[in-house]
Amino acid sequence: MEAARDREEQHAGHGGEARAGTGRRIGVFICHCGSNIAGTVDVRRAAEAVRGLRGVVYATDYGYMCSDPGQALIRRAIAEQGLDGIVVAACSPSMHEATFRRTAEAAGLNPYRLEIANIREQCSWVHQEEREEATRKAIALIASLVEKVRGDDPLEPLGTPVTRRLLVVGGGIAGMTVALEVADAGHEVILVERGAQLGGRLSQIRETYAALSPLAAPLETLVERVREHPRIRVLLESEVESASGYVGSFTVTLRPALPAAALAGDRGESNQAIGGTQYEVGAIVVATGYELLPLSRLGEYGGGRVADVVDALEFERLLADGVLRRPSDGRVPRRVVFVQCAGSRDPEHGVPYCSKVCCLYTAKQALLYRQRVPDGEAIVFAIDVRTGGRRYEEFAQRAVEEGHVLYLRGKVAKLFRQGDRVIVWGVDTLAGRNVEVAADLVVLAAAVVPSAGAAELGRRLRATTDELGFFREAHPKLRPVESLTAGIFLAGAAQGPKDIAETVSQAGAAAAKVLGLFSRPELVQEPTVATVLEELCAGCGLCVSACPYEARSLNPRLRVAEVNAALCQGCGACVVACPNKACVVRNWRPEQTLAMVGAVLGETPYRSPDAGE
Amino acid sequence: MKVALLPEGLRSRLQQRVEEASGQNVLACYQCGKCSAGCPVAGVMDLLPNQVIRLVQLGLVEEALTSQTIWYCAACLTCAARCPKGVDLPRVMEALRELAMERSGDHLPPDRLPAEALAEWPQQAVIGGFRKYTW
Repeated sequence: MEAARDREEQHAGHGGEARAGTGRRIGVFICHCGSNIAGTVDVRRAAEAVRGLRGVVYATDYGYMCSDPGQALIRRAIAEQGLDGIVVAACSPSMHEATFRRTAEAAGLNPYRLEIANIREQCSWVHQEEREEATRKAIALIASLVEKVRGDDPLEPLGTPVTRRLLVVGGGIAGMTVALEVADAGHEVILVERGAQLGGRLSQIRETYAALSPLAAPLETLVERVREHPRIRVLLESEVESASGYVGSFTVTLRPALPAAALAGDRGESNQAIGGTQYEVGAIVVATGYELLPLSRLGEYGGGRVADVVDALEFERLLADGVLRRPSDGRVPRRVVFVQCAGSRDPEHGVPYCSKVCCLYTAKQALLYRQRVPDGEAIVFAIDVRTGGRRYEEFAQRAVEEGHVLYLRGKVAKLFRQGDRVIVWGVDTLAGRNVEVAADLVVLAAAVVPSAGAAELGRRLRATTDELGFFREAHPKLRPVESLTAGIFLAGAAQGPKDIAETVSQAGAAAAKVLGLFSRPELVQEPTVATVLEELCAGCGLCVSACPYEARSLNPRLRVAEVNAALCQGCGACVVACPNKACVVRNWRPEQTLAMVGAVLGETPYRSPDAGE
Repeated sequence: MKVALLPEGLRSRLQQRVEEASGQNVLACYQCGKCSAGCPVAGVMDLLPNQVIRLVQLGLVEEALTSQTIWYCAACLTCAARCPKGVDLPRVMEALRELAMERSGDHLPPDRLPAEALAEWPQQAVIGGFRKYTW
């Protein structure tokens, strides 16, 4: 026991920054949480037991430590007892660590010399039938956090400046909306668009569901506003070459966009020769939108090789002409078949998800067709008609009742050319009949997929995409416009199929996030990040490759590893990777962890409260 | 396996006649099946009420006309009261019966009935027979 303590104290003395004389006056505050904790854990006994721990000079229990009187109790004890470290034994730190850190700070104690012992979620709640063991476990948990506090350094939060300039990737409705919101609020915006013009998919769409309101005029106004805005710089036919940095301080390199053919993978040398231009930005919004699954992926629907079989965007173009004519011979189609779920909800051949917008735009297209060709027939094959949203179901019913659009319930099996018509083989499962239709024109509601190059852009920005190429949000419900990388936000169909209204809403939310970021004088970051003990570092670089956040680099002159504290998330991967033990995460030093384990195992010697060390 | 062709166009003449006679837009039905779910006679029908409507929607009126369902329908109006789209099914059924009778003609041709029989048979039964027993 004695030997173990010596070893432990040796550890504690190693590599410390100004820890001498601290950690000797620790206070422990045990919360009852009503009966949540006190109903199972004998809190009085626990307080008594921890009073005997090394460095603990004060221990008490209270009904609700997070309440105002509870926090006042902590502040008073810090002042009266001269505490230089405290442990709050209560609920999970994700609940109230921030609360109690503010409490400590208010009483003049460095907030990083406070630790939470979770004796609720990890003790009382899961041991309700074992009161004796629960009490012993609570004491052990508190003892381990006491050991941690003993080794905690007082730390100051890291502040990093914010570059108040935004990069928006994508010049469609999502990107333009974000750009205008942020520029109107007074900040500079760089809007980079791969294509030759602004407007995105909206410029290919005539009227919108469900109001059948024309888009051209409002879109033109929007594009003009973006182009004329004094704080928006539009870079057309450009793309992101690379990005580095972190929230508030990104460096992005933009270059002329590669021709579409090069996106497939063939990167010509000439493009590298062009070189990019660097920009400093504080935030990035990804608004790269969607495209339709190529018809070549839909073999049983002709693979794009059957005349008069078009995708929905091509049909929008046909609708735009004065007279609606089919592509092959210019005749006005008298019977049009619309095929929904062309690739959607088809994990075997297409994509597993619902593309969300097709049901409504198909109803719209069928209705518009019937208006243009009053004696024409519109037949829709659908496996479900999904019309969630205000006035959407009514609109779909209008297509049926007013437009006399016939909906057949079933997926089309195949289609082929016969003479000057396209034969469609489908089914109506409601009637239990196979259906064969000879159509003049077939419109495929091809699946909505991420824009080409989305996954590659994700890699360049370090904003992850899912297995399908859609950008991932930080939380699907609670943080839907933030990517997993701080400072990179998402807007529109780049994140998943969305209709125009949803896209504009999300773009507004992304702009609000950006403005929130830009409104801060500086960014405050947790100081519990990795550091390098330079005298131990051999410059091997293992930590550089181990770091998932690209927070590590080698200093070529000193030949030691360096940490970019703004990027470091304190995960500890470098600590494990380093063969020389030269990597340390602040307040998570190995000897602290070992001391915590020792305390749980009962190896921490008891000292009388006033004995000191 | 039956293959339903749609050669004569979506809005067949018969379909339009059913709509005219019933005053109903059969396309308004979105095939939820609530009519069949609550029909007190559905147990003995060869086609469920919603299936009859579906046949009319698809222009397969001939098939609907040969269904026993249109005769089993008691016009109790339960389905009409419950239909979420306001389709009055009994009116559609009645229109189909009218069409069926129109095609079959009267089962008991009065001009070829023996005078004695006409004198002897209850008049109500004879007149009822003109309309009911059409096939």
